[in-house]
Amino acid sequence: MAISGDVLRDFSPEVVGEFHVLAVDDSFVDRKVIERLLKFTSCKVTVVESGTRALQYLGLDGDTSSIGFDGVKVNMIMTDYSMPGMTGYELLKKIKQESSVFREIPVVVMSSENILTRIDSCLEEGAEEFLLKPVKLSDVKRLTDFILRGEGKQVGGKRSQKRSRSDDFVSSLSTSCSSCDLSSPSPSEISSKKSRL
Amino acid sequence: MEKNNHSHRQLVIMKQSLFDQGLLDEQFIQLEELQDEANPNFVEEIVTLYYRDSLRLISSIEQALKERNMLDFNKLDTLMHQFTGSSSSIGAKKVKAECNLFREYCSAVNIEGCMKSFHQLKKEYASLKKKLEAYFQLARQVGLSEAECHSK
Repeated sequence: MAISGDVLRDFSPEVVGEFHVLAVDDSFVDRKVIERLLKFTSCKVTVVESGTRALQYLGLDGDTSSIGFDGVKVNMIMTDYSMPGMTGYELLKKIKQESSVFREIPVVVMSSENILTRIDSCLEEGAEEFLLKPVKLSDVKRLTDFILRGEGKQVGGKRSQKRSRSDDFVSSLSTSCSSCDLSSPSPSEISSKKSRL
Repeated sequence: MEKNNHSHRQLVIMKQSLFDQGLLDEQFIQLEELQDEANPNFVEEIVTLYYRDSLRLISSIEQALKERNMLDFNKLDTLMHQFTGSSSSIGAKKVKAECNLFREYCSAVNIEGCMKSFHQLKKEYASLKKKLEAYFQLARQVGLSEAECHSK
């Protein structure tokens, strides 16, 4: 694989230990729990207490230009829905509205309330999944498994609705992309594109 | 070794009792499954954090309830929503149920109901704390003697 290692690490978590999850929750107890859940699954974890701090961490708060921002590589975001200030839904929208690679980061929304309209709107905005709290180890395992193996590939077992992705995208990064579909690039696409520049 | 088995059995019985009394639910077990050699007391740590963190919520609710006939039900519901969430996260089944009852009284704009259920909630909350403290103390003892056994 003749692709720059740095570019690969952006969104290609080949090694579980480098799977970096950004968790967002205003509850101190819940932050501790989600952190433990993720660490137990061998993920690297960063926890923040608000959507604002999450955007700051990602460099999307307007203070730092996201173009060429090299600071932070995040493979997945898990956010609580009900938070003061910016809700998880608003955070989700902000991320998905990005024209940069950040919109490709899977965003999982968590909520203690099983409200169908809420679930629908999150999925419609491009949430990877909607989890009911309290979040279980099996939920986290399923998510990280899927995303590790995924990159557009369907994995067996139950999956919630996802925003549409081309099924041509292959998880194997040794495949160089000759004809890249620009409509909905996958992370591996982007990294292989970048390497050829 | 004999003593260790006895303590271990006591621990199992104590835990079963907490479940039988409806004080804890599956989430507690989930948290226990996250314990390992590097994090042997995770549940105790989380529960300690919960009791510390929820103190300010309890006093905020208490303050808000002092408004007697001019209760801000929205504010109360928001505070209780937070409290319900963290109670749920540690598996505090009965406390969570009391929280939900309180929220129902809030929606019904029932001042008396809110007062009564909050009083009950505090009782359950305090009672659970004592029982869990005893449980964790025994768990630590069992953990220590098991470590001793293995090192021999």
